[in-house]
Amino acid sequence: MTGLVFDIAHLLAGCLVLVSFLMLYQDRLYALLNIFALHALVLALSVAWQALIQDAPHLYVTATIALLFKAIIIPVALHRIIQRLGIHRQIETVVGIGPTMLAGMGLVALAMVVMLRVATDVNVLAREDLAFALAVVLLGLLLMVTRRNAVGQVVGFMSLENGLVLAATGAKGMPLVVEISVAFSILIAFIVIGIFLFRIRERFDTVDVHVLDSYRGEQG
Amino acid sequence: MIAHFLVQGAQMALVLLLAPLLTGIVRKVKARLLRRRGASVFQPYRDLLKLLRKDVALAENASWLFRATPYLVFAVTWVAAALVPTFATGLVFSWAVDLIALAALLGSARFFLALAGMDVGTSFGGMGSSREVTIATLAEPAMLLIIFTLAFIAGSTQLSAIAAFMLSPEVGLRVSLGLALVALIMVAIAENARMPVDNPATHLELTMVHEAMVLEYSGRHLAMIEFAASLKLLLYVSLIACVFVPWGLASGGGGPAAYVIGAVTYAGKLTAAAVFLAVFETAVAKMRVFRVTEFLGAALMLGLLATLLLFVSRPP
Repeated sequence: MTGLVFDIAHLLAGCLVLVSFLMLYQDRLYALLNIFALHALVLALSVAWQALIQDAPHLYVTATIALLFKAIIIPVALHRIIQRLGIHRQIETVVGIGPTMLAGMGLVALAMVVMLRVATDVNVLAREDLAFALAVVLLGLLLMVTRRNAVGQVVGFMSLENGLVLAATGAKGMPLVVEISVAFSILIAFIVIGIFLFRIRERFDTVDVHVLDSYRGEQG
Repeated sequence: MIAHFLVQGAQMALVLLLAPLLTGIVRKVKARLLRRRGASVFQPYRDLLKLLRKDVALAENASWLFRATPYLVFAVTWVAAALVPTFATGLVFSWAVDLIALAALLGSARFFLALAGMDVGTSFGGMGSSREVTIATLAEPAMLLIIFTLAFIAGSTQLSAIAAFMLSPEVGLRVSLGLALVALIMVAIAENARMPVDNPATHLELTMVHEAMVLEYSGRHLAMIEFAASLKLLLYVSLIACVFVPWGLASGGGGPAAYVIGAVTYAGKLTAAAVFLAVFETAVAKMRVFRVTEFLGAALMLGLLATLLLFVSRPP
């Protein structure tokens, strides 16, 4: 029984890493958003499973928050933003998909090596959850780095936060208050970013962040 | 002892008999999904018979390689397809069914086909060969990584041993196996020149890969090559079924009843795979040739990820 419990937790966490890779592979904004919703869904499932096996009911709240906010509200809102900005057809990546994938593999390997070394004496399940969570965080960072489009960067930021939640649930220690406040701060960050996107667009007529470089003053 | 050889012989005949039927079912389901009536599922047999009766038109400068390749490709593919367990494991030649050997057999078939594509010296053949080899350079490493993953998990590269391990309760749910399955399906699609990678029904110059390579063939040579392509599709379906859905496979010591159960479940698996393939092919669009490297790169990446994740998913 413990074998199966472990396997399912492992499977869900592994799926999260896989979905992160799927996000790296997408080159269209709507597809990226759909995959992001899937990412949040897998996260919710994973957290719910942890709640079940750790017998920790407050984690169900975390799972519900993840499902509600990240799988439904934020993707829908981002859909609207993309529609209003009229950028649903464009996406530019800084480097090609192939090198990005390779970098992603390197990051996953790095996460495993680091976590398996650092956390040798903790519970196996927690350790591997931490390894996966670190991988998801690093992949989220990679997604932010490789996108030129501000919406893509927002999605990268949100997926990074999913990795943090995964780490928190695996570590068996995060109080509910912290979890809820993190969720709300993410939502507020999202609102701020949303407003910011429109400001950027009003000012520069694009959400391509490379245009901002010329306003830094260094080159001019 | 003779009975053992008979069972092995039955398997060899079975793959030969079923391969065109599988192709026929895929075409039929695809046609029905497009609201066409479609040819009968037995049409591939008729096509093969017709081709066998026709004369061969050879280019003047075709060498012996060009003439020998169809038979070679057919023979090698047949051997590979006949070795993969279809309805039973533990046959006489099961000791030879090594995944790496299978990859090598298919690789040599592809090697000769690519050579033959360039033999006559037409531009299409050369282009097809070049594309085929481009695809192969990505598909084969992905295949090898999948093999490594399976070998790590099951402790053997022998298909019978892997199938036996997959049937035992100690497998559990593993991320790596899921990743390997997805990667194997992607490799199978690319290797069989199926839809998102290559359209098996097209003769449009810009997009064809496999068809461009065999464009110069006619008559019985073409029949051999088409037959080999059907066999290869059957081989991949059998391989996926044997490794990932091994239920119903008759093991070595089973009596005739076990063989019958094995045959029936095998037929079910083949039909399911044919319908799945047809639905998938109808649902996706052909991708640009230059996107294929990304598609296979993803398969390679999945294989690599599966191998990497094995190091964390070792049972406690």
